[in-house]
Amino acid sequence: MNRIQQLITANFDRYDGKDIEAYIRLGGFTAIKKAVEQGSDYVIDELKLAGIKGRGGAAYPTWKKWDAGRRRVAEQKFVICNADEGEPGTFKDREILKKDPYKVIEGMMISAYIFGAKKGFVYIREEYWDIQKTFKKAIEKANEAGYLGEGILGTDFDFTLEVFSGAGAYVCGEGSSLIESMEGHAGRPRIKSPRIGEKGYLGYPTLVNNVETLAGVTRILEMGASEYARYGTEKSKGTKVISVSGNVNRPGVYEVPFGVSLREIVYDVAGGVENDRPVKFLQLGGISGPLVPGSALDTKYAYETLDEKGFTVGSGSVVVVDDNNRIIDYLVSVSDFFYHESCGKCTPCREGKRQLTRLLKKFVDGTARLEDVNAIEKVANTMKHASFCGLGQTAPTAILSALKYFMPELWQLVEEGVHENVAEGEWK
Amino acid sequence: MIQVTIDNKTIEVPKDYTVLQAAKSLHIDIPTLCYHPAVKIQGNCRICMVQELDGKLIPACSTKVRDGMQIATNTKFVREMQKGVLELILANHDQDCLKCVRNGHCELQELCERFNISKNVLEENQLSAHAVDNSNPSIVRDYAKCIKCGRCVEICNETQKVNILARAHRGTSFDVLPYYDKPLGDTECVFCGQCIKVCPVGAIYEKNDTEKVLDALEDRDLHVIVQIAPAVRVSIGESFGMAPGEITTGKIVASLKRLGFDRVFDTNFTADLTILEEGSELIDRIQNGGVLPMITSCSPGWINYIEGFAPEALKHLSTCKSPQQMFGALSKTYYAEKEEMHPSKVYTVSIMPCTAKKFEAGRPEMNSYGYIDVDAVLTTRELAQLIRLAGIDFANIEEESFDAPFGLTTGAGAIFGATGGVMEAALRTVYEVLTGENLENIEFEAVRGLDGIKEASVAIGEKTVKVAVAHGLGNASKILKDIQQGVSDYTFVEIMACPGGCIGGGGQPIERHEDTKQHRIDAIYQVDAMMPYRKSHENPAIKALYEEYLGAPLGEKSHHLLHTHYRPRLKK
Repeated sequence: MNRIQQLITANFDRYDGKDIEAYIRLGGFTAIKKAVEQGSDYVIDELKLAGIKGRGGAAYPTWKKWDAGRRRVAEQKFVICNADEGEPGTFKDREILKKDPYKVIEGMMISAYIFGAKKGFVYIREEYWDIQKTFKKAIEKANEAGYLGEGILGTDFDFTLEVFSGAGAYVCGEGSSLIESMEGHAGRPRIKSPRIGEKGYLGYPTLVNNVETLAGVTRILEMGASEYARYGTEKSKGTKVISVSGNVNRPGVYEVPFGVSLREIVYDVAGGVENDRPVKFLQLGGISGPLVPGSALDTKYAYETLDEKGFTVGSGSVVVVDDNNRIIDYLVSVSDFFYHESCGKCTPCREGKRQLTRLLKKFVDGTARLEDVNAIEKVANTMKHASFCGLGQTAPTAILSALKYFMPELWQLVEEGVHENVAEGEWK
Repeated sequence: MIQVTIDNKTIEVPKDYTVLQAAKSLHIDIPTLCYHPAVKIQGNCRICMVQELDGKLIPACSTKVRDGMQIATNTKFVREMQKGVLELILANHDQDCLKCVRNGHCELQELCERFNISKNVLEENQLSAHAVDNSNPSIVRDYAKCIKCGRCVEICNETQKVNILARAHRGTSFDVLPYYDKPLGDTECVFCGQCIKVCPVGAIYEKNDTEKVLDALEDRDLHVIVQIAPAVRVSIGESFGMAPGEITTGKIVASLKRLGFDRVFDTNFTADLTILEEGSELIDRIQNGGVLPMITSCSPGWINYIEGFAPEALKHLSTCKSPQQMFGALSKTYYAEKEEMHPSKVYTVSIMPCTAKKFEAGRPEMNSYGYIDVDAVLTTRELAQLIRLAGIDFANIEEESFDAPFGLTTGAGAIFGATGGVMEAALRTVYEVLTGENLENIEFEAVRGLDGIKEASVAIGEKTVKVAVAHGLGNASKILKDIQQGVSDYTFVEIMACPGGCIGGGGQPIERHEDTKQHRIDAIYQVDAMMPYRKSHENPAIKALYEEYLGAPLGEKSHHLLHTHYRPRLKK
């Protein structure tokens, strides 16, 4: 099995993102043609066969999400591409958006066709301002070429697309916060139900998909689901675009088939660890994901094998950390991020982050005590189980992993701190 | 109806019930903080988490029941999580409970007792919060106490449509603040105090004026008199363990006398006076082509609202001062003269169900010939505090009667305390004055009750008059919109800023049950029914006042003392 595949990323570096003609020459818009010719049921069946799941991190089967909403009757319906890629360590959507924008646009067309939406938005994070420009241009060209607008492909399918700029809040990657922010409100998650599939943007049914999912859908229809499903494992079909960063020799975005091992990702795909140091741990699925100790490097990168061990694919990021790094420093930086990015709406996330940040600092200062370890665990668990949205529920994931795999190192910090204080006569 | 099982008991509940409601019907009280029956469900405090059969936690307040759902509300996991949330709140809450205005009746305190909170593993009282905001005469916000439940935001923005409060910033800087972080006094806040009523803790409360009043009572040179608003008598008992809606008029009078007030009077008297002035104004507008509909002006929260948000509609307002201010004006003129005292020696205190009354009393135009009409305003809650301070056993104190000359009142004055009351009282008088006939059925059921907007068509002689009543500023704003657009066909409109009218005022004891307001309303109408006189114009003391002093309604003296003017509240 090849460790690197190019299905979704096949067009990378093969055309200028704004050149629609080049995209067409590369086989562009054959997927939407197929969808329009063969109909919705065909598309849903194909997605089911391909087994593609939400690639933003939630891993909900795409066919289910699309099937649930397509028959809903409403005055208006919207599709949104979630390009608010804000998960630290995750930058694969950036590459897809930049290097093959039309694949995403085509994916949106397909989603709109199935869902029954006439209007779509590409919600691109503010920091990707250059990509926003590319997209605006690409949309303009698609309008001119008749791929967007009225009567697309000579049918009665109308679809217009617009770029919407995020304003820099991590939580807006969460679907309902994203929509709140589009409506001009502060980015904070909405209460469910109703879900956004029923009442989303402006109160109308809204289908939100991640960039890679949409590009994946285009690719699946292009090549055929059975062909796509030949890649990957039985339960995790196809490929995943991953972002590898940290202490590796060749950080970057790679497309790998599900089923490669983590070790292969680190050593073969990303060229091994800097200065040949041992891997201390990986963090998978973004900053909200679990830590994978170096001892688990032979785990296969697939939904089922990772889930089994409490790990996750998540957004597809792989941060590699070597043994030069202290676990506490890593946790502090993770915690600082969430301290800043919690929206503040619910108690566990807002107050939990306040406390976790305070408690972790004690380990750095050498003032942590036995009970602080318990306090961390307690707060982290309250956040995990009681928070309003995914942000708060997953913010303590790294900490909980550290308690599982790196407890001795944390204990050591407590002990050193106690000794120091005894030496200074402050410890009674 | 669908079946759910909660803590091993299966019941049938309506399918739109939440888990919280279903549990309540089984007499299980799931802890809540951001939930309040008067505001939209928010699901943000996360203390109502309970467990489903699959082990997952769900918020009880915002999760609808499903058929066959199985819920556990008191497993170890649930308790640990609920307690975990509670401890997180406590770690960032100013715990000076003994000095807190809500000590003893704080929802957070009650939960701490319930969860047997002893030692928090987290460090406590390390707060960084905004400074206390006491920038206005009515409402204080203490940010170190705020638990960010958002109830005040919801009541202000959704129920009252005043839109002063906002959820500001994010993460650990998240705060509930007046917009743009302005002090409350620099906003269009109407001081209705509904935010106080929904605050679960001591983060919002009225500006306390009890010391001021105690000092006045101590001052031998001052003649300190007090008036009691209609709504106070049916609610203050709740502060002393009595049931909502117990009529405690005589006990309040007795308590005020024990506290040292020289005379105890009834605002119902000037409510009657208001009816004569306002009724006459209405008749005048109807007969002489004045601006209609005319809108009542007794509710200072409402006055603040229209001045701030719809100044172009001010011409619709009755020019009558509120009963509190009419009383104040008379106290410094008629009463001072009658008692042969210099007005500066008369110190007039009001006991009001209202926080906006504090602001109203301080309006510069509210003075009569140079002497401020009302010197101090206490809320119902502050009076309860004074009564407790004096060690008075309120529930058992022997009842006493109001003093003359402002003690003889009618049922029409009494019903000012409930939504629709001013309208009903006015109709009783206007009908008889306009037709010269005796009104047989004086109870106008159509304007009573808790519906947000009530309408009625009343035949007065050959004329049919269309009237409307709204309570709560959200409802008021709907009627106001029609008036602004010139499409309103009402002749007379009553508006009260607070939901339920004065009985639901921002200065009232904090309601702990959903039916509390209804009990208070029932009591108001009971007071009315017990009165020998039930029409304001039949009040012999009012007649005497006009004969002795005022002359006629809308006369020159009335104009100076009992009427006022309004102006737009400009945004600062």
